[in-house]
Amino acid sequence: MDIKRDQRRFKQIVRGRIRDNLRKYITHGEMIGRRGKDLVSIPVPQLDVPRFKFGKNGSGGVGQGDGEVGSPVGKPGQGPQGAGGAGSEPGSGHLMEVEVTLDELAEMLGDELELPRIKPKGNASVEAEKSKYNSVRQTGPESLRHFRRTYLRALKRQISTGVYEPLEPRVIPIKADKQYRSWNDVPIPHVNAAVIYMMDVSGSMTDDQKEIVRTESFWIDAWLGSQYKGVQRRYIIHDAVAKQVDEHTFYHTRESGGTRISSAYRTAAQLIDREFPAELWNIYCFQFSDGDNWGDDNRQAFELLTDRLLPRVNLFCYGQVESPYGSGEFLDSLEKQFAGNETLVLSEIPDKDGIYESIKTFLGKGR
Amino acid sequence: MPLIQSSNLTPELAAMQVEVEEYARGHGLDFYPTIFELIDADELNMIAARGGFPTRYPHWRFGMEYESLSRGYQYGLQKIYEMVINNDPCYAYLMRCNGPIDQKLVMAHVYGHCDFFKNNQWFSHTSRKMMDETANHGTRIRKIMDKVGVETVEEFIDACLSLEDLIDVYSPHIKRRADRKSSTLNGEREEEAKKPRRFRSKDYMDTFVNPRELPGEKHDVEPRKVPEHPERDVLLFLLEHAPLDGWQADVLSIIRDEAYYFAPQGQTKIMNEGWASYWHSKIMTTQGLTTADIVNYCDHHSGTLASSPTQLNPYKVGIEMFRDIESRWNRGAFGREYEECDDDAERRRWNTNAGLGLEKIFEVRRIHNDLTFIDEFLTLDFVREHKLFRFGYNPGSEAYEIESREFPQVKQQLLSSLTNRGRPLISVTDGNFRNRGELYLKHEHSGVDLQIDYATDTLENLQKLWNRPVHLETIVDDTKTVLTYDGEEHECDYGESLSDLFDFSEDSED
Repeated sequence: MDIKRDQRRFKQIVRGRIRDNLRKYITHGEMIGRRGKDLVSIPVPQLDVPRFKFGKNGSGGVGQGDGEVGSPVGKPGQGPQGAGGAGSEPGSGHLMEVEVTLDELAEMLGDELELPRIKPKGNASVEAEKSKYNSVRQTGPESLRHFRRTYLRALKRQISTGVYEPLEPRVIPIKADKQYRSWNDVPIPHVNAAVIYMMDVSGSMTDDQKEIVRTESFWIDAWLGSQYKGVQRRYIIHDAVAKQVDEHTFYHTRESGGTRISSAYRTAAQLIDREFPAELWNIYCFQFSDGDNWGDDNRQAFELLTDRLLPRVNLFCYGQVESPYGSGEFLDSLEKQFAGNETLVLSEIPDKDGIYESIKTFLGKGR
Repeated sequence: MPLIQSSNLTPELAAMQVEVEEYARGHGLDFYPTIFELIDADELNMIAARGGFPTRYPHWRFGMEYESLSRGYQYGLQKIYEMVINNDPCYAYLMRCNGPIDQKLVMAHVYGHCDFFKNNQWFSHTSRKMMDETANHGTRIRKIMDKVGVETVEEFIDACLSLEDLIDVYSPHIKRRADRKSSTLNGEREEEAKKPRRFRSKDYMDTFVNPRELPGEKHDVEPRKVPEHPERDVLLFLLEHAPLDGWQADVLSIIRDEAYYFAPQGQTKIMNEGWASYWHSKIMTTQGLTTADIVNYCDHHSGTLASSPTQLNPYKVGIEMFRDIESRWNRGAFGREYEECDDDAERRRWNTNAGLGLEKIFEVRRIHNDLTFIDEFLTLDFVREHKLFRFGYNPGSEAYEIESREFPQVKQQLLSSLTNRGRPLISVTDGNFRNRGELYLKHEHSGVDLQIDYATDTLENLQKLWNRPVHLETIVDDTKTVLTYDGEEHECDYGESLSDLFDFSEDSED
């Protein structure tokens, strides 16, 4: 029965639907909470064949049971109504969960944003050796004996020596015939990437801003994850001082106090020194802030950036989210200081709708 | 896939079938030969996703249905117990993992359905070889797909399905007009054929030899109105008049045939399930059960008949109605004398030992559909006893609330939700609107507005078939409204409000 074909076709259509609405999904971050290990489940409006049907207002039905006149019998969306009656599906907010792998999602993202594939830096300088059983030898343990080859050799030998009798085909391998499976060490290029997220958690960053950061980094993560095997992630938060935290803390901390961006840069630089030697790693830094840095800190920050960060990373992205207190000047200062620098990418994210463009700016370089 | 001609039941189940069939015949049920097929849950979901026919045409909608069924089953939310196909022979599916008592109950239930399919008049015009026909439809559509391309055909099927409700469910039973071959709207070709041959003539004689008009022919004949009467079978109208390619007409006629096949099942949901439940209950409780099985049976039976406040369970209402009718006709509680009796106590005690109950329910199952069934046999006492109520949507609280327990209101609501299978009544009133070949549909408004977003999407699909602008006249918020789609954009023309004055005074108060 070719229901599988129908099912496949249905899934194709659903994926098409997701692709069409990807911009909406990107902006609203609906799917972040629905992330499993490799799968994301996405709520897709039920694909419906449109028909002429009754609307909600003035509709009703007949039910059965206790209750006074006026007592509620159910909220819209709670099961079908009436005897196939008018408005038999109250509130057509019927959503269907569709599961998509993260890779697939990243693929869609790449298509939608026309992101270039990343060319890993420093080629495949890291190699892991992996054993592959792809050859044979004359010696080895019996457990690895290659049965077919052994007998083939024995047969050849017998025919060539004239021992073989077609009427009584008996092939008996001797020691010299024996063949054993064997391995070779195959170097596997192993490209690693490290992503360092930095976020300003000073008082001026509100939950809305963090939501933006969260959404944006989800997509960045999805994309980089599809481009590299084994992405390492590190999270740094800072106000006037910086510290390295785990993912949860990263998104849920709120500090008060001032802003010293250099502190985050210093921590990041130390992290790279310690864990990610630049020759071996493709390093990505994403920094989010409202740009309200303490004035005297800029000089220090720029120094760190020039000396210790920019030379070692593939990409340093700075996203400035607009807070209720306005947008700071850090972005402008960076722009003045580092005009023409290929490694540094700047983007301003005024609100949720800005996420889409921002991702495009950050990842559009293909580095 | 070849159709399974012989059943694959285990010996125990085969014996059970013989037993149950014997009981059913003993009660006077009359059915086509019935073939039970033992399948597992996944297969059942597959078949159910295709409306019971394993070999239907390919379409993504079946895939969606399958996905949602199998997910529901996986999560333990739903489980299909039984499925019967109206066909000769009747096909019915049993789920392998069900216990023996469940299987027996399902068999008894299935024989009820088979009897209903065969004898209820509303099914009398359905094809009894539908198993084969759907397979043929499948082949035809697959061939078309090979020729025209899968996506083109699929898109067209989507458009047709969107209109599949627009049929005239009574038309199989009434001849409303003479059959007509499909024709183009302007009828030019017909005219040309009628034109007499021109004779050869000299120039100056031409007007005499070949007169411009036939003697006695009138010039200003009123152009024939198309359709002459509003046509509820919109699909037929499209088949006859829309500019369809051969394959498109073929697809549309397949969709229409299947819509007509399934229509009576929508028209008799309450009766059909009620009848089948009545018989499974009767057969099982009087013959099919041993004391050891009674708990299992009750568990399943009560699950089937559970009622909910927002969903009228057709099994429950159906079986209770049949029992009510049986008891009334057994007691002789019908007819003028009974109706005119005002004394509640006496009505309750009423018993003339008429004993006509069984005969009556067999008659009812032959001639009625849900609409006439409820209209004729739903009584005040029944509504009270079974605590039926009418509910409606309250925009204030955004919830559905009980509106009334009064008999007339409940009955009215039930009847209106059964009218035209609970779908809006829409007919073609003009196939040459504004003399520009535009299509004009009219919705016969019965108190409930259409859902506008769905209506506009459906219009788009209609336009795909008609190719010229399409219009739908309906009423929105008491205002006559014409929705139009011309292939590029939607237009919504609000006519005069029926309550303009009222609205105005209200506004000024605000």
